[in-house]
Amino acid sequence: MRIGRLIERIAGLVPVLLGVSVIVFLMITLTPGDPVEIMLGDSRSSPEQEAALRRDMGLDRPMVERFFLFLGNAVRGEFGLSFFHRRPVIDVIGERLPATIELTLVALVLSLVIAIPLGVLAAVKKNTWFDRIGTVGSLLGVSMPGFWFGILLILLFSVKLGWLPVAGRIGFSAEVPFVTGMLLIDTLLAGRLDSFVEAARHILLPALTLALPMAAILMRVTRSSMLEVLRADYVLFAEAKGLSRARVIGRHALKNALIPTVTVAALETGSLLGGNMIVETVFGWPGLGRLVVEAIFSRNYPIVQAAVLLYAVTYVLLNFIADLLYTALNPRIKL
Amino acid sequence: MTAVARLPAKAESPFQLGLVRLMENRMATASGLIAILFVLAALFAPLVAPHDPNDADLFRRLQPPVWLGGEWAFPLGCDGLGRDILSRLIYGARISILVGTLVVVIATIVGVIAGLAAGFIGGWVDRSISWLVDVLLGFPYLIFAIGLMAMMGTGFQNIVLALAYKEWVVPARIVRGETLALRELEYVEAARALGASRGHIMLREILPNILSPVAVVATVRMAHVIILEASLSFLGLGVQPPTASWGSMVADGRDFLVDAWWVSTFPGLAILALVMAINVFSQGLRDAFDPRIQE
Repeated sequence: MRIGRLIERIAGLVPVLLGVSVIVFLMITLTPGDPVEIMLGDSRSSPEQEAALRRDMGLDRPMVERFFLFLGNAVRGEFGLSFFHRRPVIDVIGERLPATIELTLVALVLSLVIAIPLGVLAAVKKNTWFDRIGTVGSLLGVSMPGFWFGILLILLFSVKLGWLPVAGRIGFSAEVPFVTGMLLIDTLLAGRLDSFVEAARHILLPALTLALPMAAILMRVTRSSMLEVLRADYVLFAEAKGLSRARVIGRHALKNALIPTVTVAALETGSLLGGNMIVETVFGWPGLGRLVVEAIFSRNYPIVQAAVLLYAVTYVLLNFIADLLYTALNPRIKL
Repeated sequence: MTAVARLPAKAESPFQLGLVRLMENRMATASGLIAILFVLAALFAPLVAPHDPNDADLFRRLQPPVWLGGEWAFPLGCDGLGRDILSRLIYGARISILVGTLVVVIATIVGVIAGLAAGFIGGWVDRSISWLVDVLLGFPYLIFAIGLMAMMGTGFQNIVLALAYKEWVVPARIVRGETLALRELEYVEAARALGASRGHIMLREILPNILSPVAVVATVRMAHVIILEASLSFLGLGVQPPTASWGSMVADGRDFLVDAWWVSTFPGLAILALVMAINVFSQGLRDAFDPRIQE
């Protein structure tokens, strides 16, 4: 892709991001209820104190001015104080973010690991019982409510079999020095294999819950693109040359069949963000999703606002990257 | 295309052809019937449900299903307040189906109008609508709905609104694309040459030809919306207790996973069954009515 075209497309993100921030701003601004009253809670404060707080928060200014104030602050990562924690929102979110990123990444890897081999096998064994089970399985995957699947996993693996922990990120006794905030990495960096296993045991069920719908979709995509590739001339040619079936599939077909899979995976990573709230709530995972749900119930609006904006911006960027990836991987598409 | 070969010689409309193809797809028909059963149960809940869904009796707290030592009067057992799970499932179907239907209907109407306008009129109308679509697509669905619910408060009407505010984008994009393609076809050109008004062309020439993809998408989206509503209810942002909804029933059962797995399990199964039925049916609908994807 030419540089000029790339810059043009990056510029195209600006109006979308602007619109996203307008909506997030309006979400909070149009909320019934006075933020000052919520923030002061039950404390007895004088009207002067209230007025001062209102001025500090910029609530006495016109709405358009407040929006640009919000936007300017948002760009600098300033979202004010969390009502509940009495600390900068960005710090509270920053603490929770690594847990969410870790969960999302593990879910992404899991879904690829599940989907690609199954999708390829389903394509190679088209119309056999394996393919049919795969079809039913992926239908189940997209129809299953995530929160319920998580509960079923807890019921089976934690309650009945007692193999895996019910909730949390790691046992209480484990002490892991903070480096990235992602326990799987930090435990390895600290050379603590026992803690690593412990963290892996904690993340397995939530990540699997998050990965399932994505794996179902990716499996369908891999299957159909593999079927298409297997019909292509160059694959027939490779087979005609006398190459083994496994080699043709592994070497020639898979590389091209994975283009749509990778693109869809990048797109779906965004939707993992939405699933986070559910999965983190079910498994008591101390990440951003759970923070948002807690913040909603405690009417901690600065947190909700910042988190929704963060989610949306990440989502827009992920979609953008998916788009670029698709263009880069697929030489037939020129933009 | 075997179905077509067996059709009578006289010309049939694409709709009739599609219907024949749909009826021949046994999985799709069965799924359609299951979905209809759910709808009937929801419609006639007061007649079908054995008990009042909110009738609590602490003596029957966590009573197991009939095959685990419960009684026939409460076949699927009772929840933590001793309420009949079957009756709550039947009443809960009302919320899921009503929210699903309302959201999809509102979204389809708004989306079709917006998509037609964007695709046909073009210019700044297209640019503004497309911008709004892009912006709304910038939010993960659940996060957008959760954000709105946090602001608007919980309750039936607000769930419908929170979901519909974003849902219309899906039909709008599809209708816009279809309209752009149809706009250039000869028969639309002909109508324009004959002096037909914009409104006439949009509603009479273009709309009828994009209805089948719109209907297919609407059914697929219905399944999606039902899961979203259940997710919101699960988080406590849906209809409020004591009204039964499947998502909140699953949430209620989380406290009793060890002693009473049935409290969470049955409502989840109900969601899965309905959503799967709709998904299979919509797949059949697409195969039958969208000639472009038929092999």
